[in-house]
Amino acid sequence: MRVGLFVTCLIDAMRPEIGFSALKLLETAGCEVIVPESQTCCGQPAFSSGDRKDARALAEKFLNEFEDFDYVVIPSGSCGGTVKTHYPELVADDPDLAARMARLAPRVYELTDFLHAVLKLEKLPCGADCFKGTITYHDSCSGLRELGIQAQPRALLAKVPGVELKEMKDSRQCCGFGGTFSIKYGDISAAIADEKCADIRASGADAVVLGDLGCMLNIEGRLRRIGDEKTRVLHVAQVLAGDC
Amino acid sequence: MQIHSMHFKQRAGQKLADQRLQQNLKKLSTKFVSGRASAITELDDFEGTRDAAKERRMRAIENLDVWLDTFEREANRRGATVLYAQTAEEAARLVVEIAKRHEVKKAIKTKSMVSEEMALNQALEAAGVQAIETDLGEYILQINGNEAPSHIIAPVVHKDKEEISDLFARVHQRPRLTDIPEMTREAREVLRPQFLSADMGITGGNFVIAETGSVAIVTNEGNEGMCTILPPKVHVVVTGIEKVLPTLEDFATVMRLLPRSATGQSISNYVSLLTGPRGDGEQDGPEHMYFVLVDAGRSGLIGTDFQEMLRCIRCGACMNHCPVYQKIGGHSYGWVYPGPMGSVLTPSYVGLENALDLPQASTLCGECHVVCPVKIPLPDLLRKLREKQFEGRMRPLAEYLAFAAWSFVTKRPALYRLTTGIAVRVMKLLGGSRKRILALPFARGWTRGRDLPAPPGKTFRELYKQRRR
Repeated sequence: MRVGLFVTCLIDAMRPEIGFSALKLLETAGCEVIVPESQTCCGQPAFSSGDRKDARALAEKFLNEFEDFDYVVIPSGSCGGTVKTHYPELVADDPDLAARMARLAPRVYELTDFLHAVLKLEKLPCGADCFKGTITYHDSCSGLRELGIQAQPRALLAKVPGVELKEMKDSRQCCGFGGTFSIKYGDISAAIADEKCADIRASGADAVVLGDLGCMLNIEGRLRRIGDEKTRVLHVAQVLAGDC
Repeated sequence: MQIHSMHFKQRAGQKLADQRLQQNLKKLSTKFVSGRASAITELDDFEGTRDAAKERRMRAIENLDVWLDTFEREANRRGATVLYAQTAEEAARLVVEIAKRHEVKKAIKTKSMVSEEMALNQALEAAGVQAIETDLGEYILQINGNEAPSHIIAPVVHKDKEEISDLFARVHQRPRLTDIPEMTREAREVLRPQFLSADMGITGGNFVIAETGSVAIVTNEGNEGMCTILPPKVHVVVTGIEKVLPTLEDFATVMRLLPRSATGQSISNYVSLLTGPRGDGEQDGPEHMYFVLVDAGRSGLIGTDFQEMLRCIRCGACMNHCPVYQKIGGHSYGWVYPGPMGSVLTPSYVGLENALDLPQASTLCGECHVVCPVKIPLPDLLRKLREKQFEGRMRPLAEYLAFAAWSFVTKRPALYRLTTGIAVRVMKLLGGSRKRILALPFARGWTRGRDLPAPPGKTFRELYKQRRR
């Protein structure tokens, strides 16, 4: 099966190693993975800021780049949510684009959803050098509420030997990132992040694992600012691929 | 009510720094969020009930004129008078006129957010009519210098018991009490003579029922009974035109959700259905009953993207669950309605230009949509308001320039490769040996409260290309 990997702009720039973990997971599961070179951003920053025109242009660009694959996989719930739930609405005024988007959207998956629900992955590529310790899982907002990502990452993480899940209080509560909100209303955003960090620390886990770069940078940034150098912040792909 | 939404950022900043408020706001998650979570498990088919309530509310909104006519006819048939007000000011004027007509000196009130829109108490005072709040929370706010409510169902959620103890001791001139039942008893003792000496009762209306011409009032204190049945000659209901429900059965459906979503109760302590004034041979009820149905921007939403907002049943679940509201409280929002529903309603009712921060000040986490008993897509509506702002040139110039530059680059892969390549190298340098950026000039909002973990200095696409070679 031919899988198009949409790396996402944040992973491309800020955490390229997560892109490689995703690639490894898909390839060891037997997928033929193609990473279209022309990909950039899904357009979510524009869409969420009310800049519909630019968001729509990127939706069309995404469609052209990815519609020929059997599946499209995205290691991010919020980019996945943008493509799967908001792209169809963005191009609804053009019957041709709308029809093409309607064919594409059901084949677009968030990474853990794809590994769990489509590939029904049993054996993970992580070996003896896998992450070992206790983790707590943060449910990122768009993944959870737009795509229903909750059981999938937990089911996969349960297959990693040596990983023990300790749920934090309110794992589904927003971390305060909110895209450009985190810059426009930085103080409110940081105050919300503080609550999340307190819940993470109270869980006593060695690492917080999550599936979205925005939350990742936000939580890691706040943990370090308040002097927590110990709690690791890991993308679920890194743990599953044994790359951490 | 005067609008202060333009001071959102400043107010929110003060609220974040107020440690006492931060403590008090924790009640939202410990009481309301967990209360709702357990209460909704009592329903066999919570989702189905939500769908039914949504459908019944929309049935009313989509034929609002018809149901209002039906309501008016039925209310008239039972001896009540129905008046319409186009604006909040007109509504206040109508209530004042009713008070004058019946030579009212003292009015007692239940909690009503519509009366806050109308600034009704000030209008009555100006006309020489004393208005007394009888909902305990609203009473506390009134004796504290007419403070504004910070929540639509728990108006004093921002205060703690100690603050109220001090207030009671000062205003009531009695020994300071700290036991809640004793404090409540004191408030009852102070309010009782007011109930007995009032000429007019003013209530809100959670709903008005078209088929019977009734008003439905939901409280936990029973003060609505005291305001309507006990002494007053006149009962005036003030509520929004969108609050009409076609049938009692619709009301029953919605009531399965309202208290559960609001306070986590299966049913509120009191639910009153009041129909018409006292009839011949009846023992109690007012001599005269009026309905003042307020438009004040509501009909303007019909037929627009924001029509869905009109089915709101004012439970407050969206604010209870909102991470932003939980941190800044209701006063930051600057008008009658706070939280996600307020961030849609305020711009809609008082003008987007007067509330520019409200649609923006949300993480769009989506929890408000998840918990809304009538499934209002609040995040979508907030996003649509952002579109209106963006398209209406209501955002700062810097934002347009940033998006113009960003979109120019993201549509051009070669240019994108080049600029991200440079950006990640600069950020790596800024991150230094600790691999984190402590201050970024164009993202101060971020770095004031957080580090920015630095990137490793090469993009995925570069590394991928190298690897494939």
